[in-house]
Amino acid sequence: MPFEVSDLAEMDAPEKEYLWTLNFGPQHPATHTTLRLILTLDGETVINALPHIGYLHSGFEKLGEHLDFNQYVTIVDRMNYISPLANEISWHHAVEKLLGIEITPRCKYLRTILAELMRLHDHLLNVGTTGLDLGAFTAFLYAFYQREKIYDIVESASGQRFHTSYTRVGGVMFDVNNAWVDKIRDFLKGFMPVHAEVHRLLTRNRIFIDRLKGVGYLSGEDCINMGVTGPLARASGVLRDLRKDEPYLAYPDLDFKIVAAKDGDCYARYLVRMQEMLESVKIIEQCLDNIPEGPVNIDAQTHIVPPAKPSVYRSIEGLIQHFEVMMPNRGYETPREEIYAATESPNGELGYYIVGDGSPRSYRARTRPPSYIHFAVFPQIIKGHQLSDVVAVLGSLNIIAAELDR
Amino acid sequence: MSTAEALKAKFPEDELVFSEFRDNHRVAVPAAKLMPILSMLKSECGFDMLAELTAVDYLEYEGATDRFGVVYVLLNNTSGERLILKTFVNDPNPSLPSVYSLWKSADWLEREVYDMFGITFAGHPDLRRILMPDEFTAFPLRKDYPLKGRGERHNFPIVTRADS
Repeated sequence: MPFEVSDLAEMDAPEKEYLWTLNFGPQHPATHTTLRLILTLDGETVINALPHIGYLHSGFEKLGEHLDFNQYVTIVDRMNYISPLANEISWHHAVEKLLGIEITPRCKYLRTILAELMRLHDHLLNVGTTGLDLGAFTAFLYAFYQREKIYDIVESASGQRFHTSYTRVGGVMFDVNNAWVDKIRDFLKGFMPVHAEVHRLLTRNRIFIDRLKGVGYLSGEDCINMGVTGPLARASGVLRDLRKDEPYLAYPDLDFKIVAAKDGDCYARYLVRMQEMLESVKIIEQCLDNIPEGPVNIDAQTHIVPPAKPSVYRSIEGLIQHFEVMMPNRGYETPREEIYAATESPNGELGYYIVGDGSPRSYRARTRPPSYIHFAVFPQIIKGHQLSDVVAVLGSLNIIAAELDR
Repeated sequence: MSTAEALKAKFPEDELVFSEFRDNHRVAVPAAKLMPILSMLKSECGFDMLAELTAVDYLEYEGATDRFGVVYVLLNNTSGERLILKTFVNDPNPSLPSVYSLWKSADWLEREVYDMFGITFAGHPDLRRILMPDEFTAFPLRKDYPLKGRGERHNFPIVTRADS
């Protein structure tokens, strides 16, 4: 149980000179990127934490007003770089909703597979580094070896390992082939034993449990009141998952469960993430079995996607169409409307609020980043814990600073 | 009773503008009635989560009459219903009441809107800049703030290795 600082009689003293102030970050291995905390300590107990953010602020939303819907995808995948494709899928989900485009069934399945691979990608990193920060090095290596294989899969689909910029308005950059599907099957076959191994290494490890159980408690009501979503909210018993509640892509066709826990502490968040990985594997397997044939992009006659390359190189109509889509002074008509659309990213609800002004770029491209909302919770849940618990709680919140600051 | 009906029953109908686009249900409300409407939505219609709070600068938007629009995306966790509530504020001194007393998630979201647009929220417990440094004087997401150019960076003192 956390130590109750407020019970100490000394706390009532007018001058609190015995309190220590500790600067944590912005460069610290456990912050993973750059964020800064000013901690007020009583001995080793944290009695106040003041987050300072903005070290990675680079004006993404301002850039979003000057780049068109396809160009801005290169910026959004730099937000949460732990799961870049999840951002891209979410961005184009919002754009397609604004434009009123229904993507092809093959594209839906393809994007679903990639979104779930990204969930594995994110949770592997989170579980691995939570272990690493608490001294369990082996699980981290196992997890990162699996992430490496996901990079390979993403590379064979898009040609890029990290910042893929793979999705486009109305489809994706290239279609995939059967070799890619087999590659994912191979990966999943190797993934299951590693997942079980990580379970054996961490889940009933005495040190790991002692460091996580009862630490960083967040109640379900607080989750809702503070806007917390995703695995964090589900670990506190809030049964909400946009894949079920506001189905998008191929999720309505698929059979999977929402993973939730009741404890609301760091250990519950770890368990939820571990179990969510298994659900993601189930989703990917179903998608691979049922991936429909057919075109991956919407019809080029809509003048939103560029036509296929053979028609661009061999016919004048194709070339003109390609030109119309690519040139900045051409483009297509977009509605003068505003839309909020959200998807379930690995970290929680990732939403975009887009204001369209009739041009092919957004008038305002607001991101609702889950990390930003989740980090605001940190001062509340760290109070009364030990200094060493700061890394455990930071790890379980899975703060990605590039998404936090944008 | 639907949310729209509940709102219409309580507040004069000509002040509320309802609209729909795709699956988004929206309502525009006057800034003066913002607080009573939001607290009624929370206590009577079950909107227990403020999922998103942001602002839009309509300076260059064709046909817009007000300068800033502030958008609240509310979510009812029981029924899954979403409501996008919008209100408008104008220069000089764009200001709104803070909704921190209703939803704690407003804390950082309102700070960001203040930081980027300069809209102040009366009653916010700690309204400081959050992403930009404290010495910064402009509001970068306003439309009259340029994308590139000389300025801000050059106003900060250069610290060399010798004086650090």
